[in-house]
Amino acid sequence: MSGSDGSGSASLAAAPPMGTAATIAAGVRSGELSARVVIDAHLAAIEAREPHVHAFNLVLADEARTAADEIDRRVAAGDDPGPLAGVPVALKDNLCTRGIATTCSSRILDGWQPPYDATVVQQLAAAGAVAVGKTNLDEFAMGSSTENSAFGPTRNPHDPSRVPGGSSGGSAAAVAAGFTPIALGSDTGGSIRQPAALCGVVGLKPTYGLVSRYGLIAFASSLDQIGPFATTVADAALLLDAIAGHDPMDSTSIPGPVPSYSTTLDRGVAGLRIGLITQLMGEGIAADVAARVRQAAEALEAAGATVGEATIPAIEYGLSAYYLIAPAEASSNLARYDGVRYGLRVDAPTTAEMMTATRTAGFGAEVKRRIMLGTYALSAGYYDAYYGKALKVRTLIIRDFAAAYEQFDLLLSPTSPTTAFRFGDKTADPLSMYLNDVCTIPTNLSGDAAISVPFGTGDDAMPIGVQVLAPALGEVPMLRAASVLEAAAPTPGIAVLGEVVR
Amino acid sequence: MSERITRDDVAHVAFLAKLAVTDAELDEYTSQLAAVLDHAADVESLDVADVAPTAHPFPLSNVLRPDVLGATLDRAEVLGQAPSVEDGRFRVPAILGEEP
Amino acid sequence: MSEAMIITSPTTGDDWELVIGLEVHAELATVTKMFSGAPNVFGGEPNTNIDPVTLGLPGSLPVVNGRAVELGIRVGLALNCTVARSTFARKNYFYPDMPKDYQISQFDEPLNIDGFLELPDGQRAGIERAHLEEDTGKSTHQGGDGRIHGAASSLVDYNRAGVPLIEIVGRPDLTSPEQARAYVSELRSILVAIGASDGKMEEGSMRVDANVSVRPVGDPELGTRCEVKNVNSLRSLVRAIEYEARRQVDVIEAGERVHQETRHWDEEHGRTRAGRSKEGAEDYRYFLEPDLVVLDPSAEWIESIRAAMPVLPAERRARLAAAAGVTSAQVALHVERDLDGLALAAIEAGADPGRALNHIEHNLAVDGAGDLDVAHFTALVQLELDGSITPTQAKQVLAEMVEGGAHPEVIAKAHGFEAMSTADLESIVDGVIAASPAEWDDFVNGDDKTRGKLTGFFVGRVMKSSQGKADGKAVTALLNQRRAGV
Repeated sequence: MSGSDGSGSASLAAAPPMGTAATIAAGVRSGELSARVVIDAHLAAIEAREPHVHAFNLVLADEARTAADEIDRRVAAGDDPGPLAGVPVALKDNLCTRGIATTCSSRILDGWQPPYDATVVQQLAAAGAVAVGKTNLDEFAMGSSTENSAFGPTRNPHDPSRVPGGSSGGSAAAVAAGFTPIALGSDTGGSIRQPAALCGVVGLKPTYGLVSRYGLIAFASSLDQIGPFATTVADAALLLDAIAGHDPMDSTSIPGPVPSYSTTLDRGVAGLRIGLITQLMGEGIAADVAARVRQAAEALEAAGATVGEATIPAIEYGLSAYYLIAPAEASSNLARYDGVRYGLRVDAPTTAEMMTATRTAGFGAEVKRRIMLGTYALSAGYYDAYYGKALKVRTLIIRDFAAAYEQFDLLLSPTSPTTAFRFGDKTADPLSMYLNDVCTIPTNLSGDAAISVPFGTGDDAMPIGVQVLAPALGEVPMLRAASVLEAAAPTPGIAVLGEVVR
Repeated sequence: MSERITRDDVAHVAFLAKLAVTDAELDEYTSQLAAVLDHAADVESLDVADVAPTAHPFPLSNVLRPDVLGATLDRAEVLGQAPSVEDGRFRVPAILGEEP
Repeated sequence: MSEAMIITSPTTGDDWELVIGLEVHAELATVTKMFSGAPNVFGGEPNTNIDPVTLGLPGSLPVVNGRAVELGIRVGLALNCTVARSTFARKNYFYPDMPKDYQISQFDEPLNIDGFLELPDGQRAGIERAHLEEDTGKSTHQGGDGRIHGAASSLVDYNRAGVPLIEIVGRPDLTSPEQARAYVSELRSILVAIGASDGKMEEGSMRVDANVSVRPVGDPELGTRCEVKNVNSLRSLVRAIEYEARRQVDVIEAGERVHQETRHWDEEHGRTRAGRSKEGAEDYRYFLEPDLVVLDPSAEWIESIRAAMPVLPAERRARLAAAAGVTSAQVALHVERDLDGLALAAIEAGADPGRALNHIEHNLAVDGAGDLDVAHFTALVQLELDGSITPTQAKQVLAEMVEGGAHPEVIAKAHGFEAMSTADLESIVDGVIAASPAEWDDFVNGDDKTRGKLTGFFVGRVMKSSQGKADGKAVTALLNQRRAGV
């Protein structure tokens, strides 16, 4: 597909070279497919198109080949490497990888190599997946376009003059460009779902606490969650299977066993009650986006669900509450970057001056803005008016969602108010950038699950994503609804040079 | 520019957060932060006096670990990442002022 | 009862009283740190007891140590507190020995609230709260004189970072430096008795900060207080409080105001100094720790901890006091030395309480005294009571009993200790008198001072003659009888 407006920006979107993660894993486990061959094919795709996309901060070509060779050896020896055997995966660069640079796309961590792996990184290795690189993000996950990266933005593979969304823009682009079939991102206010929608891939934010945060470099602790990107709902479920579950290293990790997410996808939506969120279908949502969401509602009805109107009045205050809570927690989480123990240090005669010089040089403008906003919201005299009040708004949002979930099993809304915008469109006014998150923020505040499924394109031929929301731990029905939408999508899968590939 | 947050307020929080800002930046940040807080003013009008705050979406309690040794880090690996090291310790410039 | 301290101004003659509240931080005796499995050990090579959580590495997360909570609850119960539903909070400030540049502590909702400490003399000091938090690392300063001011650089060791602490905040109920000393001493005994901490001020496992203010005697208003830090021993605590109180009186009487500030005790120069001024007061921006969840100990858990508590010093004093028919204050020392068990057992076996307590107080301040056989100790007290051996002899026998463990009768016999018969004693005394007529004359006719001196002379001679078997008191009584012509 060529550039959306005839500008001549050639599309870099492509299906991954060897199909889905499920296909690859089955092939590798059975011995029919060589993990090394798989990795080489994906590294070739990266070599060809990555210079134009800039999805990665770091490509791990040698490490990936070594890991793939090891998988092949194990299979030959009769071992089962796991459900993701040989599958290439891209990791957002705010996930700690031992001995491998982890930067959060910030100068302040440029070159830092963690001495430990995040839990999800260990889980992926245990499942046989092969990490091929660390992907670009808005600095410290703060942003909706990946323009806040200290190492340059990532380009939307469908139209390189447009943003991929953020903050997990690199992971979304890696999948949309066919560099890997799956990727991990993190979602604090929509940072998986929004870039998934803008890049035409599947992106899922699990229930808060379902996936361990140990080793995820924190932005806002009560909102952050790690989740999957994939080209198909089935692959997203497969990846979720590998990373969901209790972790004793994370106090906020949900105790108890988790169901299998990938084995019940085909059960459909017959009998499910689905509510279209009124507050997210009005002013502020582009007409072409709203149209696709209504189309999605019709598809669900055709599949046997009943669709009604859901109302979540407190959603109106979600953005405000989020932009007080998230920066407040962030201002504290980012205090540790002080030049003492790791990362950038700008020398000065006293420690206080050194810390100030380091943080001033090391953080970008958006990060500084949010740190100051958060510091203000927590400061003496303002706590009750800002942060304290925002926590109460959060309660209202949770209540309104709970009331809606008494009437409906799942909810439906747009993922992003618009399709991907152009670079520079929203950087002059931070507030205009924040408004991109209006559909996704409420589920971060409530802690519930949500998924973005590609569902057609907009007037500018750019991808549109539809969001299915579920109550806490409702991933199973949510994924079923997502499967139905995927099957019914007007532009199924990812289009490559006119060919449609699922 | 709104009264909601003043230039002095921003200078003060920048100081608290150990960020140095130039005069020009101070003006810019002040108007940007004021705009965000203006938008958040809709929250101010809400009557939430009887509403309890929610700090955690999921009400877990009593998450405890047993008093058992875990893995420690290799000191060399950690110090190898440090900006300045001496005698097995992290070296920093002169510290003025005692610990609060 | 210990008395309040009154400072009488040398210039105005006005009377001032002290108001003292103590904050004590004690390291809890756990195997691992407060929020991770790194080792909780004193000393060791720098930066070896660390893990990602200790260093606050990006992506690390805290998990609460259940044993630290159990010990925290024990402390609360021992201090008669209510154990409450509690939460953790972040205290935000920048300092290089704080790996996250915030400390995880408890703010709005602490683990224990509203208790009291019973002092040995029976007075009660209020405890406002006792909560859990993590310790910081340590920095050493280079260049200059090794102190923080004037140092060119500092070196930071995070071994101590994350060690579990309990912070015990006392109400401003104390009224004298000595009472403060008794408070700290008693608190330490409690912490050690319940196994919560080893309470070593010199090693830093127990740290005391004193909030001190003064006011005119009888004035209900509190004066401005200063917090005194860097007090590293009980003796320093007493000196520092007294110095600070007097300093404040001087300031007020000079017509100035006491500034609310942190002051540091300078042991070498015997004075407090104002801390280096910070630009503006600290704003800690406390908020609920989002990486941790609520701590809500069940009633069952709390009760099981209470049931397993060892007997506390106050109760031990009460028990021994009742058995011996004396006050709790009078047996404080015996409990402190851990010899109340011995005393109680001996008294219950029939030993004379007064003598038993006396021996413990004066003759058993030695290692191993606690292992003394109760029956032997009781027998010794009986021997002394019925006059078979003198008090001096008993002391010696006791010392050998501690060392060798033999029965007192066996030891006494080996030494040939027996009390002398009255007749034998009289004949030795008369002999000594006859041998020193001049001294005897002075003794009979001299003044009190002379007589006192010569008593010593004669007793000494008698002791020599009797090879130490004479009872000094009996000798003195006899000398006085002879002088009176009897």
